[in-house]
Amino acid sequence: MSENEKKLSPEAENETENTTQYSLNDDRRVKVLSPGALVAKRFFRNRLAVTGMIVLIAMFVFSFVGGVISPYKQDQKFYRTDIQVKDYAGILHNEEFRYLAAEGGKFSSAVQAQTLLALQKKTTEFTYRDVDYTIETISDELLAVYTGGELIGVATKELINPSNESAKLSFDFSYHALAAKVKGEPSFESEGKTYTIDVDGNVFDGETEVAYISAYIVRAVMADVFLTREFKNQLIDAVEAGSKEFAYTGADGVTAEYTLKYNAATKAWDVKQETDTTVFDTYSEPTKEHPLGTDRNGMDMLTRLMYGGRVSLIIGFIVVFIETILGVIMGGISGYFGGWVDNLIMRIVDILYCIPSMPIIIIIGAAMDAANLDPSIRMLYLMLILGVLGWPGIARLVRGQILSLREQEFMTATEACGISVSRRIFKHLIPNVIPQLIVTMTMGLGSTIILEATLSFLGLGVRFPFASWGNIINDVNNVFVLTHYWNIWIPAGVLLLLTVLAFNIVGDGLRDAFDPKMKR
Amino acid sequence: MRKYIIKRLLISVVILFFVAFIIYALMRCLPTSYIENVARQRSMQPNSKSYEEWMQQLTAAYNMDKGIILGFFGWLGNMLRGNFGDSWRWTVPVIEKFNDTVWLSFVMGAISFFFELIIAIPLGIIAATKQYRWPDYVISVIALAGISLPTFFFASLLKLVFSVKLGWFDLYGLVGRSYDQLSSVGQFFDKAHHLFLPIVTLVVVSMGSLMRYTRTNMLEVLNADYIRTARAKGLSERKVIYHHAFRNTLIPIVTIVGGSLPGLFAGALITETLFSIPGIGFTSYQSMVSGDIPFSMFYLVFSAVLTLLGNLLSDILYGVVDPRVRVS
Repeated sequence: MSENEKKLSPEAENETENTTQYSLNDDRRVKVLSPGALVAKRFFRNRLAVTGMIVLIAMFVFSFVGGVISPYKQDQKFYRTDIQVKDYAGILHNEEFRYLAAEGGKFSSAVQAQTLLALQKKTTEFTYRDVDYTIETISDELLAVYTGGELIGVATKELINPSNESAKLSFDFSYHALAAKVKGEPSFESEGKTYTIDVDGNVFDGETEVAYISAYIVRAVMADVFLTREFKNQLIDAVEAGSKEFAYTGADGVTAEYTLKYNAATKAWDVKQETDTTVFDTYSEPTKEHPLGTDRNGMDMLTRLMYGGRVSLIIGFIVVFIETILGVIMGGISGYFGGWVDNLIMRIVDILYCIPSMPIIIIIGAAMDAANLDPSIRMLYLMLILGVLGWPGIARLVRGQILSLREQEFMTATEACGISVSRRIFKHLIPNVIPQLIVTMTMGLGSTIILEATLSFLGLGVRFPFASWGNIINDVNNVFVLTHYWNIWIPAGVLLLLTVLAFNIVGDGLRDAFDPKMKR
Repeated sequence: MRKYIIKRLLISVVILFFVAFIIYALMRCLPTSYIENVARQRSMQPNSKSYEEWMQQLTAAYNMDKGIILGFFGWLGNMLRGNFGDSWRWTVPVIEKFNDTVWLSFVMGAISFFFELIIAIPLGIIAATKQYRWPDYVISVIALAGISLPTFFFASLLKLVFSVKLGWFDLYGLVGRSYDQLSSVGQFFDKAHHLFLPIVTLVVVSMGSLMRYTRTNMLEVLNADYIRTARAKGLSERKVIYHHAFRNTLIPIVTIVGGSLPGLFAGALITETLFSIPGIGFTSYQSMVSGDIPFSMFYLVFSAVLTLLGNLLSDILYGVVDPRVRVS
């Protein structure tokens, strides 16, 4: 540097004899720039490259700072309440005989079937397995079956239910109650007690209701819902009145609306209730809280984008780092030593070059799918695989450079000075390769990010719950998202494109800056 | 020259052997294979043998009961005798499926390669002759954008604009709904219609690098001494560029173009998958995902052969096209 200075400022040299303070004065000095500063100067003169740099910085801020500032977490789900019409209950008007068997078990299902056959033949007596049975028709809805004068069971179209869910009704009670109902008698006796029965079929023991008889079967759709007697009564009234809608005010004073729909196929009425249900806020339109809406899992899209950028950038950097380390070591050794080492390493490089990387990564991705790996471990493997498959390019570059460099005089000088081999390679040769290396790495970052995004897009790369720009765009596989929810996939694609473009532009700018010969 | 080619071919065979072995070992190491899936399905059926018994029978039937090394040599022997086996997923001989699909990919690749050439080379030359003026900047940005454009995003955009908004093309597939009712001419146009968007995707995504390559080489040539001589003797700029410079730029371009010719047979895996075009790329994607070893092996080795062939071809072309280069 000082020589340079002297040459460029002969005036200063002449004047040093008289006025020594001149030579040290800054304003008399010729400004000298280090090679690095020259490169920086050339780089910043390139407007396109500077734009790319700014875009990159913006991306980094967006991904790394944005995720911290964002009020949401990357896998925070949002919910909304939605009115959903749910099946609540079903009502069936019973048209078939149902059987009640007396204690003793003689009214087996075979006998029940025989009873039905006898009814169809319109006979009142039948024999089954040498036993004679008699059918007594009490009414159209109620039949009693006897054998040898003993009542063994009844067939009924009306059903008797206990008012209290837990109570069990004895056969004798049921029979007498049903008989009283069809005969229109106001009271009956069973097991020594007298019960009264009203026209609606409610059975009272004194004042308390113990059972009710109805031809309707009312069932709740969900097992945990208990339908009260009053609800059932009102519902049956509504069905009989033929109304389509029905409102019921429960004991807690809450009125719920129901709609009734007759289903001809099952001959039943479906009772549907409109309830407020909490659902994931999926694919919501952009709002103030969610500037880009939400995705298919009800997560904030903007936050996902920020974290996705983080994942894409980190993967890009780590993969390129692995590639470079491996490439520089292998290329350096190969280029410096030559001979059989060089031959061996270059054949390995040839083999790796020849392996079709995209299919291989797809196969490994499918394998990781099958192995059901944890998403974070999967991400780690992904980086390792991409790195291992990517180093041959860098190794070739480094080797090529070193082959030409090692013939130069400064290498002879290092040998003459007795510097150790590893120092010669890594201190004297590699630094000369660094410019090309930086350019290749910058470009490599862009292509790695595209590769990762493509894999994630195919569902073979980064997996949920982690976001990556690729797996955000993956949603377009759903044609509905492709056509209706641009806010989901367009921003991710634009960010991806901008980032990769910026890396390529900066790489280009760096190449021009490092190698002024190219810039003509 | 012949000696050089023979030497290269021999090295290629050795490389291919190792590549095939690595791929084979990888395929065999997959934790869940096609066979296991089939065995699981079969053992689910009523009155069936147990899973283990099915596994045993199937591994024997599919020749997978040997170790990796023995299995590899078995595969290699069959392959050298021209027997590539039967595809598991497609249940036809590998060669048959390959023959069914590769030509579609080749046609698609050839058409897009043609368009790539007639767009990228002129634009690259214009960019170089107008260096640091607006055409250069515009073309450079277009080229970089083409390189940076993720295929799947660009294809989705095309689908959104042309298939959904304008309704000009179908979203997926090679043939339309009424393909069978069309006359043979109509069938041809139906296929061409469906191949339009995939080809546009391929051209846009791949032309960037050729454009930049042309530009860089043209710049180098324009700086050469003989161009200065041409200018000095008073030739018109037109003559200098299109007669002297362009011919010399063609040397590296022909090398690259020749080298990428074999690659046309490899198919476009991503693009074909995105548009569900039943070419070799999409077919092998499905095979790979479902663990179909014979077909995947065949495809992977085939692409490795194409890569080697491409490299060899470009090296030879380099010597043929440029008389200054003497291959040693």
